[in-house]
Amino acid sequence: MSELDLNQQNTAISSETIDGQIATLNLGPTHPATHGIFQNILQVDGERILSAEQTVGYIHRAFEKLSERRPYNQITPITDRLNYCSSPINNIGWHMTVEKLIGAELPKRVDYMRVIVMELARIADHLVCNSVIGVDTGALTGFTYMFQEREKIYDLYEEICGARLTTNVGRIGGFDRDFSPGFYSKLNEFLKEFPKRFDEFSSMLERNRIFMDRCIGAGPISAERALSYSFAGPNLRAAGVDFDVRVMKPYSSYEDFNFEIPVGSDGDTYDRFMVRQQEIRESLKIIQQALDNMPEGKYHADIPDFYLPPKEEVYSSMEALIYHFKIIMGETAIPKGEVYHSVEGGNGELGYYLVSDGGRTPYRLHFRRPCFIYYQAYPEMIKGALLSDAILTMSSMNVIAGELDA
Amino acid sequence: MVKVVKAPEGIEGQGFFATSFDKVIGLARANSLWPLPFATSCCGIEFMATMGPNYDLARFGSERMSFSPRQADLLIVAGTISKKLGPVLKKVYDQMAEPKWVLSVGACASSGGIFDTYSVLQGIDHVIPVDVYVPGCPPRPEQIIEGVLKIQELAKNESLRRRDSVEYKKMLESYNIEQQ
Amino acid sequence: MENFFIKVKGIIEAADDSANYFLDNWNEHNFTVSKSSIFDIIKALKENGFQYLVDITGAHYPDTENEYQIVYHIHNLTENLRIRLKVNLDSKKLEVPSMVSLYDGANWMERETFDFYGISFTNHPNLTRILNVDDMDYHPMRKEYKLEDETRTDKSDKYFGR
Repeated sequence: MSELDLNQQNTAISSETIDGQIATLNLGPTHPATHGIFQNILQVDGERILSAEQTVGYIHRAFEKLSERRPYNQITPITDRLNYCSSPINNIGWHMTVEKLIGAELPKRVDYMRVIVMELARIADHLVCNSVIGVDTGALTGFTYMFQEREKIYDLYEEICGARLTTNVGRIGGFDRDFSPGFYSKLNEFLKEFPKRFDEFSSMLERNRIFMDRCIGAGPISAERALSYSFAGPNLRAAGVDFDVRVMKPYSSYEDFNFEIPVGSDGDTYDRFMVRQQEIRESLKIIQQALDNMPEGKYHADIPDFYLPPKEEVYSSMEALIYHFKIIMGETAIPKGEVYHSVEGGNGELGYYLVSDGGRTPYRLHFRRPCFIYYQAYPEMIKGALLSDAILTMSSMNVIAGELDA
Repeated sequence: MVKVVKAPEGIEGQGFFATSFDKVIGLARANSLWPLPFATSCCGIEFMATMGPNYDLARFGSERMSFSPRQADLLIVAGTISKKLGPVLKKVYDQMAEPKWVLSVGACASSGGIFDTYSVLQGIDHVIPVDVYVPGCPPRPEQIIEGVLKIQELAKNESLRRRDSVEYKKMLESYNIEQQ
Repeated sequence: MENFFIKVKGIIEAADDSANYFLDNWNEHNFTVSKSSIFDIIKALKENGFQYLVDITGAHYPDTENEYQIVYHIHNLTENLRIRLKVNLDSKKLEVPSMVSLYDGANWMERETFDFYGISFTNHPNLTRILNVDDMDYHPMRKEYKLEDETRTDKSDKYFGR
């Protein structure tokens, strides 16, 4: 045995054994950090990730087959459960698809009301994502504060439709009732108080040295790769491509509003976080503009075939009774054809491909779900990264399991 | 104003308090249930709101959300469970140590909900025994808290010998669960 | 945008002389093309600026001449033009070339279509089931299969009006 050299580092394991050790780590379906149910089997070398194999489908609920069974106005509760953090956007997108199919003309007031509801939903969705990015870096306080603000948004939802999370808001053709005075007072208070609370949250994280060191460079993706993977929404805008369905194919009078689209450059976690932060501020601007310029008019379109008549008329006139009966039983005649309509959801382009054969239920309804499509890029984004960066990348991509599996 | 849990009945004297083990252990268990949130879908977001500051669940003793089954008492299943996820749920239940309770939150976990389809498990009681069901789609946070309070009632009044009894073993066998 | 659309129509009709175009009531451009030319058409479109593949999906029309149909939606970001391409398939030969070599995003879209309809995509790197359980032996979205699970014992269809 040779003499112990105290100057030499005591490495008892030879370097070949260390380099050759590739472990398989199961980031299993139930895990506190994966916000949702999907499985990744990672090959790790120490802490560096070499490759990932994904398994999804753990909450596959067969939405597309289920919607072939239900009449058109009964599909709205199903669309709620796609991206459940921002369910009004899904509902209104579905209603717009059916209105496109039947060729309904909507009054301007309905468009502005829908814009207010959709932008509130977008704020709620981005608040969840950003506070969860904070939680994954260790900043739990932001989560607590922002969930309190989400309760205020839930109060606003309850004023319009009665439910908190899975809202089932509106009807084909508009809304079932006008906004109440309680809603206006609560919305004005929200618009006054929320920016201050949001600035508190932003000041904790946005220019925080530790947060920036954790997030910058974690899970980057370039614009070409993002487009090849059909990214959409904040993830694509963080990579540098300014594609927003509200601007490219405006719907619901979005062309009347003055707002900017924030665009990042590197496509890493910090860019995604900042894009969402800025989008919340832009949404607040849009809501203020819609509130200030709200036109007068009816809160629903004039389509008696699809929109329930008022109850007084149902009890007195024959046509209203027949319309009421046909709509509730789902026996309304709908034109044949196929349409594709998309809205800008919390995660990107949420599309509905509807094929109708004139019957009471859709013949084929397909949801183009952004989460499902961009989650494919995850193994490429975390290749060579540390395990903690992989967790951070997943939460910054805002993968909602309901939208992933449908 | 802080409300403190009522002490159980017993014989009190100078420097001592005598009561039965059942009552004291039941009291301790009931007021410190550590839940394992098995949150799958929309009910999971309502559960997060229950944990949040407005409807704080931590004031009932569930301060630490244990994500490791080995350290959890209460398995809260919130959200739709599909057939693909059934074995995973059973495995998580097996890994928990006795005594353990199961709370099924939401219509999907209790009975399949509106998703009567080929891929959804029509209720988690096909795979694991459930103690309390909370209906709703999604249930309001107040209802989830009521569910947890009912579990607290069960935990407080449970006999210490229940987990070793013959009926309990028979019930576990009917689910093909081997007792640890 | 009009000139660009005429150029696109020319490209598609040059690649496939049996291509059928119609502009529907909702101002959407629909092309029905044949299976053998779909890969070349999409490749030519990608070279002409159609960088964004919106969606690939399938549909089942039983009791008709062309039972299965694959629908592609593709979008050009600079010209803001969106077109829909449809390929009709016969149930005896359910195969289409895969678009994975052109767009990485097509990977899971095609796996989902395979999972639901059983349409196989040639040259796909990993054509396996994605959303359903792996040992499922039928393709559930086909019209002949029911929505509910046939083997369940706790619900009686009589009480649910089926």
